[in-house]
Amino acid sequence: MEAPKTLADALDRMAREPGVWKAFAGGTDLMVLLESGKLPQRKFLSIWKLPELRGSTTTASHVTIGALTTYSEVRRNEVLMREFPLLCRAAAETGSIATQNRGTIGGNIANASPAADTPPALLVYDAELELVSERGTRWVPYHGFWKGYKKIDLGEDELIRGIRLGREKTGWKHFYRKVGTRRAQAISKVCFAGAARVNEGRMEEVRIALGSVAPTVVRAIETEKVLHGEKVVPTTVRAAQEALAREIAPIDDIRSTASYRLRVAQNLLAEFCEAVAA
Amino acid sequence: MREPARKIRVQCEINGRAVTFDAYPMARLLDMLREQTGLTGTKEGCGEGECGACAIEMDGALVNSCLVPALQADGAVIRTIEGVADGATLSAIQQAFLEHGGAQCGICTPGMILAARNLLERNPQPTGSEIREGLAGNLCRCTGYTKIFESVVAACRATRPGG
Repeated sequence: MEAPKTLADALDRMAREPGVWKAFAGGTDLMVLLESGKLPQRKFLSIWKLPELRGSTTTASHVTIGALTTYSEVRRNEVLMREFPLLCRAAAETGSIATQNRGTIGGNIANASPAADTPPALLVYDAELELVSERGTRWVPYHGFWKGYKKIDLGEDELIRGIRLGREKTGWKHFYRKVGTRRAQAISKVCFAGAARVNEGRMEEVRIALGSVAPTVVRAIETEKVLHGEKVVPTTVRAAQEALAREIAPIDDIRSTASYRLRVAQNLLAEFCEAVAA
Repeated sequence: MREPARKIRVQCEINGRAVTFDAYPMARLLDMLREQTGLTGTKEGCGEGECGACAIEMDGALVNSCLVPALQADGAVIRTIEGVADGATLSAIQQAFLEHGGAQCGICTPGMILAARNLLERNPQPTGSEIREGLAGNLCRCTGYTKIFESVVAACRATRPGG
């Protein structure tokens, strides 16, 4: 492992030897994989102290947080607490205090686990990612960043620099629920994040995303369409639950079963509808 | 072709003392503390960040030392269980663990005390649920947690101004 002093230095090494260097932040995922012999890479770039990947900025239209923002920092960020509560809830329900002090939002994105807890919140908020390399900077929507199980649209010479969230969802109603074996230190069986703009009981706009129910974290677009513009009544909720069953693909694994995950996802959808309509 | 890893020099402050040791960059800080500096109070439980037995403070933050590569400890200010007492005088948390049966086999105790200490530094009078959250990353297989919880409550009482 080496620790470049600047972002330019890090990107230079990644450009010269693409695929050789694995970016390493707080190590809460990578050290576990390394110790169990599951990491193909042998060379690591410690990006933990790069100042260019830290901090947050707020403009009239957006909040941008650095990729190295830890879960603990997310939980303490006042703008995030006020306007993006799902992200703070997700950070608070990830691991434990020690994990939250070292784990980063950028790491949660780059590790690309379908069971990660902050990605559903980021999808609901239409997050955009700033990706940097020696070739330049590009912004991509987080929705669509995933290309398959643990596969993302991140080049071998690229780093995630920041995450941008639009502030237009002020006044929306927010709902987050992680279902795991215990409150802390548990990986999700199902994770549900949703937000809606509701007017006189009608969902004028809605976003729904789930973790642990497909090879990637998914935004439930078809389910959103069923709810869009509708009043929250039992027939609508039932139709949305049926749409959800068609667009997620839960499996049996060590943490849970496909049928339990489907049932819980559908129940959480009903709970979300009731909560935002109330 | 794989180049053999070379050891690097790590300089940090541990329990108020400047410490220098040589380590492979990806060596676990946990092992360096135990083997290079002789501070064996920090324990290994799971080795994958799930149990908190190896918890220490690094730059003021509670971290699991099994997940910190030695290179990232360079320049850090570290506190381990050996740095919690003031000479022969136990901290209020240590004293409370003694008096309230907060320790049994002792493997989780250093991590528990570091987690409790870190919680009380951030939040000197936590609620019951805040104590549970602060200790949620530390597993104990002996006590059933009740005695540990009571120890932390007692430590809060002991350190309350005027109490």
